[in-house]
Amino acid sequence: MTHSQPTNGSSVIVISGLVKQFGRFAALRGISAEFSPGNLYVILGDNGAGKTTLLRTFAGLARPTRGKVILLGTHDLSSVSAQIGYMAHPSLLYDELSGMENLRYFGRLYGIEGDQRCADAIRKVHLDPSLARPVGQYSQGMRQRMSLARALLHDPGILLLDEPFSNVDACSASEMVNLLGTIRDAGKTLFVVTHQAALLDGVADEFVLMGAGKIVSRPLERPLLEGAPR
Amino acid sequence: MSSFWAITSATLAKDLRLEWRSKDAINSMLFFALLVVVIFSFSFDPTAEESRHIAGGLVWVAFLFAAVVALNQTWAREMRNAVLDAYRVSPAPANPLFLAKAFGNFIFVSIIQALMTPLFTVFYNLRPLGPAWQLIPVAILGSWALVVNGTFFAAMSLHTRSREIMLPILLFPFSIPALVAMVQATNTILTGQDSAKFWIVLLLTYDVVFTVACLLLFETVLDAE
Repeated sequence: MTHSQPTNGSSVIVISGLVKQFGRFAALRGISAEFSPGNLYVILGDNGAGKTTLLRTFAGLARPTRGKVILLGTHDLSSVSAQIGYMAHPSLLYDELSGMENLRYFGRLYGIEGDQRCADAIRKVHLDPSLARPVGQYSQGMRQRMSLARALLHDPGILLLDEPFSNVDACSASEMVNLLGTIRDAGKTLFVVTHQAALLDGVADEFVLMGAGKIVSRPLERPLLEGAPR
Repeated sequence: MSSFWAITSATLAKDLRLEWRSKDAINSMLFFALLVVVIFSFSFDPTAEESRHIAGGLVWVAFLFAAVVALNQTWAREMRNAVLDAYRVSPAPANPLFLAKAFGNFIFVSIIQALMTPLFTVFYNLRPLGPAWQLIPVAILGSWALVVNGTFFAAMSLHTRSREIMLPILLFPFSIPALVAMVQATNTILTGQDSAKFWIVLLLTYDVVFTVACLLLFETVLDAE
């Protein structure tokens, strides 16, 4: 089954027959879908539904066992990696370095010189760039926000966020949602895997409901999942 | 090419900063090498003449074992918080990461050598009878031989369950030709009986071949799932 919504321009991501197996376990079972640019997609589903694997496949971190992923018109994901911002469940930060030192290093991987853009990215997530404390001493919520700053640092066109609100307090989560809305309004495409979909009610353009390694439906309104907050 | 070296130097600087703050690798290497020196010195009581014949082997085996301790730490840092994924999703090529890690390990092993060599000299009453300056290229080429393969095999064993066991199993057999060259060159210089030139050239050849092979294969190792 192919899931796609009407698009005004060319799709930012096209997947066809995507299968990802880990040994005998199939995490993704033949997904075909298209995603339009400038939208915020919220990926929902139970644990083990394949949400994180789908995101890792988009990021080029997991190679499809079968099927194709076309990102920004190319199969060669490494050629468009500068256009991808990825925030995983772990922080992807060095605990022994400060936030600024972390971003300075990751900035160099994208050819970003100087501290200005690093400081701007940190301020965007409402943290203080002058904080000298190592990230290992941050609270979990601060670490999540710094991780988001790292993903935003190089101003990517596609943002892949895996559980960005986990362990973040309600106020900070609301600030993060506003930021994601602003980024979407700037024409970026966002994929947010979350179990706290209610937070994104006013911002999400589409909900992608996954189950057992497949896309089950793509409603425009948040589906009411069993046991999920209304 | 400039970004290649910019990423290499940024990664090396980051690794040195991390090591400066944690001292994980240096402390464990130093402690390990010190133990080897002390245990060997208590195990037998060599005269100066005998020690010249075995010192090369003792020194390099101590450095090889100590290097394994550092090599295991190299990638463990990148696995914490899955930081390696942040590198993998970036447009940065794989080889600057490999070279920075290898340079970092080379610096750590060199520091240990600088600290331990005087101790070896005292404990084993060593005084080179051959050209002592030749020990410098032997140390540089020998250390590079250990760390270049060690860094590569440590990356290879990243995704294995018992990577600390896997590293020596992979590394030691490949290191045998280099180890023989290091030991023979060191013994030759200490005893002054022959020229160490052949062994130094052999070490140089080994370093060039394995550095090129590691650089060619590292991207595949990095992207392995």
